[in-house]
Amino acid sequence: MLGPSLAAWILFVFVPLGVAAHQSLFSWDMLTEPEWAGGANYAALLEDGELWRILARTLGFSVLVVAGSMTLGLALALLLDRPGGFFAFVRGSIFSAYVVSWVAVALLWVLLLDPDRGVAAAVLRTLGLPRVGFLTDPRAAVPTLAAVTVWKITGYAMIVFLAGLRAVPRSLHEAAALDGAGALARFRWVTWPLLRPTAAFVATTSLIVSFQAFDVVRIMTGGGPARATTLFVYAVYEQIFMNLSVGKASALAVVYFLVLCVLAALQLRAWRSQTPGTRGAG
Amino acid sequence: MISSRRAPSWATVLALVAAAIWVLPYAWMVVTSLKPLEEIARDPTAPLPKEPQLDAYREVFAQVPVGRYLLVSVAVAVVIGVLQIVLALPAGYALAKLRFVGKKTAFGLVVACLLVPPQVTFVSVFLMFAKVSLTNTFGALVLPFAASALGTFLVRQALLSVPDEIIEAARLDGASELTIIYRILAPLLRPTLVSVFLVSFVYHYSDYFWPLVMTTDDTVRTLPLGIALLKEPGSGVRWHVVMAGNVILSMPVLVLFAIAQKHLIRGVAGRA
Repeated sequence: MLGPSLAAWILFVFVPLGVAAHQSLFSWDMLTEPEWAGGANYAALLEDGELWRILARTLGFSVLVVAGSMTLGLALALLLDRPGGFFAFVRGSIFSAYVVSWVAVALLWVLLLDPDRGVAAAVLRTLGLPRVGFLTDPRAAVPTLAAVTVWKITGYAMIVFLAGLRAVPRSLHEAAALDGAGALARFRWVTWPLLRPTAAFVATTSLIVSFQAFDVVRIMTGGGPARATTLFVYAVYEQIFMNLSVGKASALAVVYFLVLCVLAALQLRAWRSQTPGTRGAG
Repeated sequence: MISSRRAPSWATVLALVAAAIWVLPYAWMVVTSLKPLEEIARDPTAPLPKEPQLDAYREVFAQVPVGRYLLVSVAVAVVIGVLQIVLALPAGYALAKLRFVGKKTAFGLVVACLLVPPQVTFVSVFLMFAKVSLTNTFGALVLPFAASALGTFLVRQALLSVPDEIIEAARLDGASELTIIYRILAPLLRPTLVSVFLVSFVYHYSDYFWPLVMTTDDTVRTLPLGIALLKEPGSGVRWHVVMAGNVILSMPVLVLFAIAQKHLIRGVAGRA
């Protein structure tokens, strides 16, 4: 019963992982014969510091995306968990961004953020603020891409948090209110402890999504300016399709996978190890 | 407590701000697509076009074979969705209802697959497909996604709450395992299967990364790739045309979302 699925996973997940590990030890340009390279691909990536730069950029981007979309998603879930058509409409609008193609979102924000003709620039001018090269200033580019990603995926965090909020029994809130707990205390001592598994789940999935970032990079910045937005997946893409270096691309993919595994494990552990709040206290 | 009272006014104001942040960009996309190029050049941030026109849409259809790309995108998404359901049902059934050696390991593998995004495997899969001349084919876009870890997981969860008596009764009636899975259990799981299909459809209809790396020519090009090509780098971007393309690309999923919002949300939130 499990056979067909298992065969597909072996063929398209586990074998490719092995192939990547194997290819990362060769030097190959897809035209001539592959040559044994040992650890040379890894050494080359380490030597010019490129690997660390890619890693630092991707981590910075991920921190912004995960923290941003989780905070905003939880705040919006708390704000919009109210009856009525109006709030349902707002929830739907926010979630719709998660459904629309990354291509459409990326193209739309390139226009909105255009330093001369964009709406964002017009807003800055009206407020008397200096011009910002959102996508052309190396310091602004990663935060800008992170902000666009947050806009796109916050609806997802919100929806999952809403499901979590609705699973919190009302009686607990009522009991806490009778004990004199205000809204903040009820959130701290009733809602949040029960929401922690949901939060851990959102954190892990958002981490993976942020590590997958590619469309926004390819469409909005092409990895620039000055490689400031060359995130992990784009770097792998660049190695294989622009530099025709299968070995380096595979080495990067292996490191990418290991980093993702370590981060996901660390994150899950962190969410688990914190002492859960005392239920109903306060 | 909160939901039993009328919403306070500050909540309404904040919700309006949120709505503006998420709705106005779409409005801008539509407005820009209706502007003639001179208007965009003269006054790029004018809130409404002076003389709205559909020229940009005509130009998209002239530059891009929208019908064919759309057909490929929809076909890819539908075939993946159907394959995922066909394969997830028996896999989820095995994990929820059968006893066999290595079941825990098998379940661990499914969860592990959730952690391996296609961005990790694409270099190897590309090389494998290139070796058997499968790049630039429909199969390259569809086969790697036929088995869905998420779908299997959701089917398993849903089957855990289906009583074993139903299955035992069917076995006593002489039903084969396949009959039990596809004829008896599948109808019971309809809401779950609809959600699995929709989540998968929306993802793969919109996917840019996989078709981009698995195709090098026009044979099986999908709509997101075609629309992204409207913004040629270097030359001045014809924003009204790009936004018209964006509207065409987004419309099908937004309509689907409007119709089936509940099922989609259940599929997305059902993971928690």
